Amino acid sequence: MSLARLRGLDRSLPVWVAAALALVVLMALPIGWIASLSVGGDAGPTFAHYRRVFADPALQKALWNTIVLAFWVGLASIAIGAPLAWLTARTDVPGRGLIRGLVMASFVTPPFLGAFAWVMLAGPNAGLVNKLWRSVAGGDEPLFNIFSMSGLVFVVTIYTFPYVYIMIANTLALIASDLEEAASILGAGRLTVARTVTLPMAAPALVSGFILSVLQALALFGSPAILSLPAGFHTITTQIWTFFQFPPKTEMAAAFSMPLLLATALLLLVQKRLLGRRGYAAVGGKGGQRRTIPLGRWRWPALAAVLAVMACPIFLPYAVLTKAALSRAWAQPLSWDNLTLANFSFTFFEYSATQAAILNTLELGVMTACVGAGLVVLLSYVTSRRLVIGHQLVAFLALAPVVIPGVVLAVGLFIAYTRPPLLLYGTLWILFIAYLTKEMPVGYAQTDATFKAIPADLEDAGRILGGGRLRVLRDITAPLARSGVIAAWCFIFIGVIRELSASIILFTPATKVMSVVIFDLKEEGQFGAIAVLGLVMLAMTFATVALVQRVLGRDFLGARE
Amino acid sequence: MKTWSALVGLLALIASAVVPAAAQDARVEAAKKEGKVVWYTSLALPTAEKIGKLFEAAYPGIKVEVHRTGSQRILQRVMQELQANLKLVDVIHTSDAGHFVLLKEKKLLMKYTPAGVDAFPAGFKDKDGYYFTLRATVNVIAYNTKLVPAAEAPKGWKDLLDPKWRGKMVTAHPGYSGVIATHVLALTQLYGWDYFKQLAQNKLMLVQSAVDPAGVVASGERQVAVDGGDYYYYQMKKKGNPIEVVYPKEGVPLVISPTAIASFAPHPNAAKLFTDFTFSRELQQVMADSEGLYTGHPEVKYPSDKPKLSDLKLLTVDPEELEKRNEEIKSKFVEFFGA
Repeated sequence: MSLARLRGLDRSLPVWVAAALALVVLMALPIGWIASLSVGGDAGPTFAHYRRVFADPALQKALWNTIVLAFWVGLASIAIGAPLAWLTARTDVPGRGLIRGLVMASFVTPPFLGAFAWVMLAGPNAGLVNKLWRSVAGGDEPLFNIFSMSGLVFVVTIYTFPYVYIMIANTLALIASDLEEAASILGAGRLTVARTVTLPMAAPALVSGFILSVLQALALFGSPAILSLPAGFHTITTQIWTFFQFPPKTEMAAAFSMPLLLATALLLLVQKRLLGRRGYAAVGGKGGQRRTIPLGRWRWPALAAVLAVMACPIFLPYAVLTKAALSRAWAQPLSWDNLTLANFSFTFFEYSATQAAILNTLELGVMTACVGAGLVVLLSYVTSRRLVIGHQLVAFLALAPVVIPGVVLAVGLFIAYTRPPLLLYGTLWILFIAYLTKEMPVGYAQTDATFKAIPADLEDAGRILGGGRLRVLRDITAPLARSGVIAAWCFIFIGVIRELSASIILFTPATKVMSVVIFDLKEEGQFGAIAVLGLVMLAMTFATVALVQRVLGRDFLGARE
Repeated sequence: MKTWSALVGLLALIASAVVPAAAQDARVEAAKKEGKVVWYTSLALPTAEKIGKLFEAAYPGIKVEVHRTGSQRILQRVMQELQANLKLVDVIHTSDAGHFVLLKEKKLLMKYTPAGVDAFPAGFKDKDGYYFTLRATVNVIAYNTKLVPAAEAPKGWKDLLDPKWRGKMVTAHPGYSGVIATHVLALTQLYGWDYFKQLAQNKLMLVQSAVDPAGVVASGERQVAVDGGDYYYYQMKKKGNPIEVVYPKEGVPLVISPTAIASFAPHPNAAKLFTDFTFSRELQQVMADSEGLYTGHPEVKYPSDKPKLSDLKLLTVDPEELEKRNEEIKSKFVEFFGA
């Protein structure tokens, strides 16, 4: 190692260490507080809170409900996501770009908005789908009751299956067709090939997608709050939230957060093991052709089926939100005397929380995305170039927030920042920290992949010519990584503007964000205003998506146009 | 809109007439310096925003920050913020009179008697002068007239226990709404917890706010609401929704919604000005006319299409009792109804 190189390292070292330390503080503080409060008692450590939490039949039920929800969401997400991925990755189904676009749209749609829209679609009596069903089929029975466990599973699934889709589509794109062809040549029919060759090779991705979907379902707050509370049952997240009602039972909330935290950590560990096992040499091989499977006369029916499925997360909810925004009474037909712009004028001119909430949301979105993108660039640069001792630990910590559900994170942050030395509750900063922590893994994964794709030799050339680490990063690496960094920025931004589960615990009246305002309105049943704000939120999201597409020349899910 | 601006002009005129001009000017100046008043309120959102706008029109330069949520959430906010030593709220207004017993006991309320409340009935005033009832409502039964013929509609509280209503009713939540917490206490005093245990057998839909059942019934999602403030049903009905209200003969739980200024109010002058404004005869009349609320103001005239408070058999609850049993009310309700 030359002297110049050493000096260059020295000067930039504080930057890397500071970034890594910031990460440790972000993570350790809330988790540490949760753990300590959950065993904290007046007379030393105690398991009393745990005993109370796990002996309570109502809380046991909430725990069980969450398990049931997560399991079925995992399975159902595979049932939808896997065939869709196969269709777009392997067959000649028409409109593959359109299908990918729709999957992406459901990926970025805030799930609580979807849940709210489905209340209007499939409420057992006033729901528009059920009304239509009754007028066709007759009788009193609804086609589907959204206020039920199956309703909740349904709504969560239609916004979760994209995780499975992404995993499977990417894997299928990597499995070479020659093995499948060999099987066909040996006389296997199409189904047999799929069953004996394709499926086993895609199995790790399937399990992995299942686990990701389960994790989503475990952590969600908005959809259960909108659909399960009216039906009279709790999940872990809604239960944790009610612990904050006066008089607050923060210790119980902390104790009840632990199973969620442990379950998530365990599932992620399993997933890592599965993907880390490199026993699937045929997956990821560079050679080999991927031939598309002709669907023949099934091409158009297949597309029709896909569009029917995509009506659930996209067409129907978006349509009913638009209708509610323009109606006096959402349940009545959109006739001339039901048509109104009053919801818009109420939301924007009479409802005083709107403006501040939109501003807060934008401010937090931009701030978190900028700081977050900056931080993940530094961190992933550290880990991909192995700049500090313990860079593996840094990588682990950057991804670790994935295991913390938003509600749990909020509990930790609330405890940590409502006491000296850092009284951040009541300011936007506590929300900023929550969002930064929560969105870090997404951003990190993006920039990490970007840096890994940039060969180090260009940087070395820069170093040899006398550039310091930071200068090389700025002048050589950053321009190359530009599109990846912008993508990370957008991922974080979209994540922030839809965040509800942490915000609902951390907001104060002056720091309301859009998701919180929408939830507030939901509790009062102000459907028109919710629909208007929901549309605004969707517009903000899709504007960002469009930006990514322009900058990257590819869509969110990784496909080039 | 026209009646609105006329009303605003009238209010501005009258606001200046309530208190002697010189004293009033000094108060207004002090309030203007503070620039705003932060109002945590459980009034239905459109009503709350309307009152805020009326005040802003009457006193240009002083903004009203309306933060509307359920009564129980308001208490949670106030206490949670104080725990973190945040002093944000000026005026606290909920529909759970028990909250004010608690807040007064914790010395979190300012002693302030709004102008003109002397003539209010005794039940509307704290004897020590910390909180006063801004408005009142009664809990009623409501049904969708398109789905339920008047003859078959429930007439009294016990009619709701009939299994024929299974899966067809909606209730709001005492863990969110003070109107409902008051309601639950009043009816348990009449029938005991057994009433709610039996009611829960009918598998009710649970919503949070006491104004939400009106929307649920109007949309036809459920046929009957087993509780909820009559003022919001009145408003919804006026807007042409197919809703009819039933005032059970056994009595209707009276919900008084007090208001008070926080002892730590960051904008005390604006808070006092705003509180006086909300107790002025004109504003109390607005609440009675367009909002369908009851008030303690003796000169307020009520719409003729609504029963007078004196015509109703009222079930009242003691605020102290409501405070003491707050936890019990919430946990029993959750035990019976599931969430």
